[in-house]
Amino acid sequence: MTHPAAPERASSLSMIITLGGVAMLSGLLVVLTWQLTLAPIQENQRIMIEKAIFQVIPGAQQRRSYRLTDTGLEQFDPKVTKAKKTDLKFYAAYNNEGQLKGIAAEAAAQGYADMVRLLYGYDPDCQCIRGFSIIKMTETPGLGDKILTDAAFLANFDALDARLSDDKKSLKNAIVTVKHGSKKNLWEIDAISGATITSKAVGKAINQGAEKLLPKLSPYIEELSQLQTLPTSQAEAKQ
Amino acid sequence: MPIIEDNTITADTFLTGIWKENPVFVMLLGMCPVLAVTNSVINALAMGLATTFVLLCSSTLISLLRNAIPKEVRIATYIVIIATFVTITDYVIQAISLELYNALGAFIQLIVVNCMILGRAEAYASKNRLLKTLVNSLGMGIGFTIALLSLGSVRELLGNGSLLGYSVFGEAFQPWVVMILPPGGFIVLGAWLLLFNWLKERKASLALAKEGGLS
Repeated sequence: MTHPAAPERASSLSMIITLGGVAMLSGLLVVLTWQLTLAPIQENQRIMIEKAIFQVIPGAQQRRSYRLTDTGLEQFDPKVTKAKKTDLKFYAAYNNEGQLKGIAAEAAAQGYADMVRLLYGYDPDCQCIRGFSIIKMTETPGLGDKILTDAAFLANFDALDARLSDDKKSLKNAIVTVKHGSKKNLWEIDAISGATITSKAVGKAINQGAEKLLPKLSPYIEELSQLQTLPTSQAEAKQ
Repeated sequence: MPIIEDNTITADTFLTGIWKENPVFVMLLGMCPVLAVTNSVINALAMGLATTFVLLCSSTLISLLRNAIPKEVRIATYIVIIATFVTITDYVIQAISLELYNALGAFIQLIVVNCMILGRAEAYASKNRLLKTLVNSLGMGIGFTIALLSLGSVRELLGNGSLLGYSVFGEAFQPWVVMILPPGGFIVLGAWLLLFNWLKERKASLALAKEGGLS
């Protein structure tokens, strides 16, 4: 059976012109939007990281980005230089007098829905974790996100023990999340009942992150402890 | 062969998307974002507005180009156009608020495959003039947003005891956590569909009874 009036087929050329034209228009629009939104997006990211650092380190007023490479400690600007995968990146936070208030570093572990990425604050004076802040997670609202609001859970991080072992090669006690109500030691995190998996992810992330970073960092704490009197323009931190 | 276009814009052109052909409650289109991001009012609202924006922009462009696009490549063209506006929305939301962007997750990018938008492009924008398409798309977008909001508000209210983040029931309320989990999406959607279909059926049977009484 043939169609009585089969519509004429469009020529290949007109198809190519249409698709090419639409693709070009599309590219133009996307690039334009990217250029226009680049500055506000970067600003948003900077504010988010800064807010997170100041939240996990009480008393912090300015911060610097550092990385530990194979050769040693080095200050760097993440916007200019890209860190290598093997580098350990961290932030050192100071108060306005230039005293080191703490170290903040990123860590991640598998949660209930997806990776839980967080930033934890380490206080070299007490050798303990002072707090954490979530950078990105997709945990269930109302359940997993209790880790940010549950007062009893957050109390775990008033001074979570992260001392190094005597040979300074690893943590003296691994940080672990224990079942709700069974916390006995300072290096244990009391899980939230009903959000155990997310609580465990927080513990695991901090443990892995601290285990990797803190032993390597310990020789440099002295060096970091006082902000070198640099001209303020060189300091990366903005008030 | 010229297509005969009916250019009259009536109130129905706009209202059809909100009630008679509501994309969610009647046509059951775009179920993926409907179920996934409606666990709070703010997420539902952001998703609804983002989808409406993409729908309006893509319909506009498709309606303008409707006579220039050869029908063999129309679907490819529509998808490129839709994807462009989705990418733009993606960047704009990141610029507005990273928190909101993180909350919506991958579902912003997935607007590309929202069948409501492609459906509108194929069934309406490619056949109607610009103004009529705009009015209709706006109605559809608002209908979609209302549907998301009706799910989002019920789920946030029952699942978290709050609306737009403000506590409604106070401390003593024990939230129905299941409501903000995926099953809650299905339960609430089912309840809304039940209500809508019941209303429709009642209207139809009333009309029938009236007719029977007259004759």
